Amino acid sequence: MAERTLVQAVRDALAEEMERDPRVCVLGEDVGLKGGVFKATEGLQARFGPERVMDTPLAESSIVAVAQGLALEGYRPVAEIQFADYSFPAFNQIVNEVARIRYRSNGDFGCPLVIRAPTGGGVRGGLYHSQSVEAFYCHVPGLKVVLPSTPADAKGLLKSAVRDPDPVIFLEPKKLYRAGREEVAEGDGALRRLGEAALVRAGRDVTAITYGYLRVVTLQAAARLQEEAIEVEVVDLRTLRPWDVETCLGSVRRTGRVAVVYEANRTGGFGAEVAAELAERCFESLDAPVTRLAGPDVPAMPFSPALEQAFLPDADRIAAGLRRLARF
Amino acid sequence: MTTTADALALGLSRDQALAAYTTVCRARALDDRRFLLNRAGAIAFIISPRGHEVAQAAAIAALQPGRDRFCLYYRDFAAALACGFTSAELMLSAFARADDPSSGGRQTPGNFGSRRRGVIIGSSTVGPQIPKAAGIGLGLKWKGEGALCYVSFGEGATSQGDFHEGLNFAAIHSCPVVFFCENNHWAISVPQPLQVAGAGVAARAAAYGIPGVAVAGDDFFAVYRAVAEAARRARAGDGPSLIEAQVLRLQSHSTDDDQRSYRDPGELAAEAEHDPIPVFQHQLEELGWLSEAEDRRIRAALEEEIDSATALAEAAPDPDPSTLSRHVYADG
Repeated sequence: MAERTLVQAVRDALAEEMERDPRVCVLGEDVGLKGGVFKATEGLQARFGPERVMDTPLAESSIVAVAQGLALEGYRPVAEIQFADYSFPAFNQIVNEVARIRYRSNGDFGCPLVIRAPTGGGVRGGLYHSQSVEAFYCHVPGLKVVLPSTPADAKGLLKSAVRDPDPVIFLEPKKLYRAGREEVAEGDGALRRLGEAALVRAGRDVTAITYGYLRVVTLQAAARLQEEAIEVEVVDLRTLRPWDVETCLGSVRRTGRVAVVYEANRTGGFGAEVAAELAERCFESLDAPVTRLAGPDVPAMPFSPALEQAFLPDADRIAAGLRRLARF
Repeated sequence: MTTTADALALGLSRDQALAAYTTVCRARALDDRRFLLNRAGAIAFIISPRGHEVAQAAAIAALQPGRDRFCLYYRDFAAALACGFTSAELMLSAFARADDPSSGGRQTPGNFGSRRRGVIIGSSTVGPQIPKAAGIGLGLKWKGEGALCYVSFGEGATSQGDFHEGLNFAAIHSCPVVFFCENNHWAISVPQPLQVAGAGVAARAAAYGIPGVAVAGDDFFAVYRAVAEAARRARAGDGPSLIEAQVLRLQSHSTDDDQRSYRDPGELAAEAEHDPIPVFQHQLEELGWLSEAEDRRIRAALEEEIDSATALAEAAPDPDPSTLSRHVYADG
């Protein structure tokens, strides 16, 4: 065990998987010589060479297409898209090619491949370095979508993603890359299964289902509400597709009140899917309307700190939403 | 047009040439039958290779099915046959039957795929196979076994960013890829002058520092020579090449299109006189490799083959609706 930040945990996961399996390789813009703009791949090229850790041309569609080609040849590529915002030039490759190859070939072909991308805001990234893109990819059968928020989860889930036989979109909340450290296991002991949520705080009054950076903020809001004798149960989804419906249902059946807390645009965000599923599945347990506490429906997070702050749900706003729900 | 002496100098055997000729005739006979079936309402949608068949068969004849990888596109019926698909299999696909080997009736016909044959399943968007082929080429280069990846597309696909990205990547990393453009000068209704500026598709190779060759797509031996040279380079580690085969689209884009509504009737009539199959037939006759009697025998056998392929596909079962959700993920 060693203390690791989230970005170090990502790097450790890649190094361990590359050490374990010679088919694993890393490609993307600036991942080699520089070690990634967030240093997630720092030192890997020196250790594994310029082929297994490859600096690609600045062209996202071909990063994903080349990764798929390598996967078809039996390699286990991990492609990095420098910012999740820049995954859109590769959208056709991801959605039409990678995600559908198993289905369209009736099972003859598969595509084990991981696409990593830093996601979310709060780092003064402006409109094009702050977006939350998960809803686009969660809509696509054939993809798995993972969005961890702790170093141990990031490492364990990334290792599992590399070993998964299907394509995984692995989104890393960049605001949490260096936000804190925790003990992270090594080797197979670090593995976390995809598709399992974590109940990260127990409480009997309200359930808050969240993921990514807002897990941290939701926990702050929950601590604040405890002073008002409102007990908030917090669930971190960790994997969005497939998501852990059972854990969420169990919590909502206990509390009868649920808010889905997410940073992305409210309309059509992944939280809307969670809300709809829970409303369908445990209507009889609900004492209050299923609620979304989400980013606003503006195109993206502005650069100005005043506007950035206005976009991001903070502990006050989340606490206010949960309080309303508790008192409903 | 390649002279008899030049054709002989390529080292192709009579058997190889006749096999390719049979493939070309098979593709045409299948196409004719599929059109009839479509007009009779028996099959939903087809895309015709008419006019492309000789170029396709020549390209694959210069490669090694079973060893190489093939990223084909939706007009590549003769190429698919040359890679080992049978008339019956392509007819099963036309009828969207459960036993369609490419997709079990899930995709529209022309999206060929077979892992055991090295044919990478296609999709219906235009151009994404081009950078994918670069990635496959990279993997093949790493393996170092001398195999290559062949990828084909129309001139419309060269307008896509994926064309640039694929050629750029393959050139940077000297990937063993043969880029093969079947330029029929029409992307549905958009003619080449509205699609490709400058000297044409092959000229674009210069921007990537790789060889670019334009070749008459109705000259079997010229296409064979160009692809064989590109393959030699690829296998030797000298990187990718771009070949532009000039072909004619002797049929509309698809059965849902009628090119008479947007093309000049005089031009269509003139093109119809330049069917590449009689040209190839004549070349083989000049070489003394094909007689009229042999040609009749080949075509008669194909008619029988396609009769039985049609009967088999007509009688074959549809996919079971309960399989709709299968193969979304590896565990399903």
